[in-house]
Amino acid sequence: MKETGISNVVVIFKPDKFSILKESLKGVGILGMTVTHVEGCGLQGGRIEHYRGAEIEVDLLPKTKVEIIVPEEKVNEVVLAVKSVLKTGKMGDGKIFIYDVGQIIRISNDAEGFDALEIKK
Amino acid sequence: MDFVKMLTEENAYMFNSLWVFIAAVFVFFMQAGFACCESGFARSKNACNIWLKNFCDFCVGAIVYYFIGFGLMYGDDWNGVIGISGFFNPLSQNLAVWEGLGISKEIFLLFQTMFCATTATIISGSVAERFKFNSYLIVSVVMTGFVYPVVGHWIWGGGWLANLGFADFAGSTAVHSVGAYAAFMGALLVGPRKGKYEDGKVKAIPGHNIPMGILGVFILWLGWYGFNPGSELALDHTTFYTTITTTYAACAGGLVALFVSWIKYKKPDPTLAVNGALCGLVGICTGVASVSISGSLIIGAICGLALVFAIEFVDKVIKVDDPVGAISIHGCGGILGTLLGGLLSVEQGLLYGNGVGYFLAQVIGVVSVGAFCIIVTFILYTVLKKTIGIRVSEEEEIIGLDLEEHGMVAYPDNME
Repeated sequence: MKETGISNVVVIFKPDKFSILKESLKGVGILGMTVTHVEGCGLQGGRIEHYRGAEIEVDLLPKTKVEIIVPEEKVNEVVLAVKSVLKTGKMGDGKIFIYDVGQIIRISNDAEGFDALEIKK
Repeated sequence: MDFVKMLTEENAYMFNSLWVFIAAVFVFFMQAGFACCESGFARSKNACNIWLKNFCDFCVGAIVYYFIGFGLMYGDDWNGVIGISGFFNPLSQNLAVWEGLGISKEIFLLFQTMFCATTATIISGSVAERFKFNSYLIVSVVMTGFVYPVVGHWIWGGGWLANLGFADFAGSTAVHSVGAYAAFMGALLVGPRKGKYEDGKVKAIPGHNIPMGILGVFILWLGWYGFNPGSELALDHTTFYTTITTTYAACAGGLVALFVSWIKYKKPDPTLAVNGALCGLVGICTGVASVSISGSLIIGAICGLALVFAIEFVDKVIKVDDPVGAISIHGCGGILGTLLGGLLSVEQGLLYGNGVGYFLAQVIGVVSVGAFCIIVTFILYTVLKKTIGIRVSEEEEIIGLDLEEHGMVAYPDNME
């Protein structure tokens, strides 16, 4: 895998926080992102509910997953922007995962790497 | 003075016919209510199958009832057991039922056809998500061509139960109990859905669209304004009165089921609350014209209370898997409603000091109709099981009946 110097910042958090997160990212110049509605479980654990009298364990909770592709040197800024709006100090605030991106190819003009991100370095 | 009485005989005939026609249309729409309710409380992979079953039992039932069922039910009486004339083209034959009818023959046939189809469609919910489509069509034929008409003859066609003094105004027993017994035997013999009972544990299998299920209940409730007031087969004060008893029984049933579920399970369960209203509606059918308004509230409340316990009993004690609760709603409501009608009828009821006669007739009706339906449908499902089979394959059940039986899905994501 090539060293491209580009990172994928993945944030998983509670769905109701999406709009403030988007605003916060806009504030640090992030305009592009990929958003997925996901379900997950973690330290929050599940809980027992009833459906028509029968017990049912609800352990998958709805979450939102946002993926942001940025140059490595911008990762810290993005992380701070995310934390500034998501952190309450309680369980369930969410998690941030950071990965290296092996390559980026823009399909329309064959641009690769930073050129594909349209970021002038 | 009754509005209709001020009219000439010919005009009254037209008015009454028009009203019963409108009522029949209301009852027809109950098919949509059943379909919404049943598919909403089942999983999305079986939604098309459930809608199609609700559609087909009407198409099959209407035709079978015209050719065979109507004659068995309303043909000239043979020893109080069945009707033996009026087959194939009842409209063009001289039948005792046509005399003094007061409404158009065609509209009477239409209204009765709607009732017949309602009985048949109750089954689809209880056997949902696992019953073979071709076998279901045969079940519809037998229900509309034999089971419902025979019981209907006993109760409404001048048969032995009617002669005994049994009375069921809009069909707590004649329609709902009959459907429930057939649904119970079907659910029992086809077995529970895969994963419902594992390692002795009862697993909840949540429905895929609760709002659609509740919309179905609203549609059914609306249909009941044709079902009960239409059963007067004329437009008069009794018709208007039944709209009120119908409403209060449903409200009482819904509220009681709501609060019982709230106490038992700590949260008010929307599906049980709306099932409670349906149970109240089923229960009031018998006494809708004969009980007082407080009587209708009592019937609704008792049915709503019983419903929550009946659902648990069926689900956890006898372990018959009924995804939508049709056995509890129509069976429990049907039996209780028929008996409570015998207790609370103002002019005939036991609790109003009118003697035990009417109540006893109701008890005999409940027992005999129950025995007949359970035996006949047991034979029906057993024969089907031994021949073409009643249950889809395990693989088909996992993938879903929509894709395997009909080659489509209810909610395609259009990702081509």
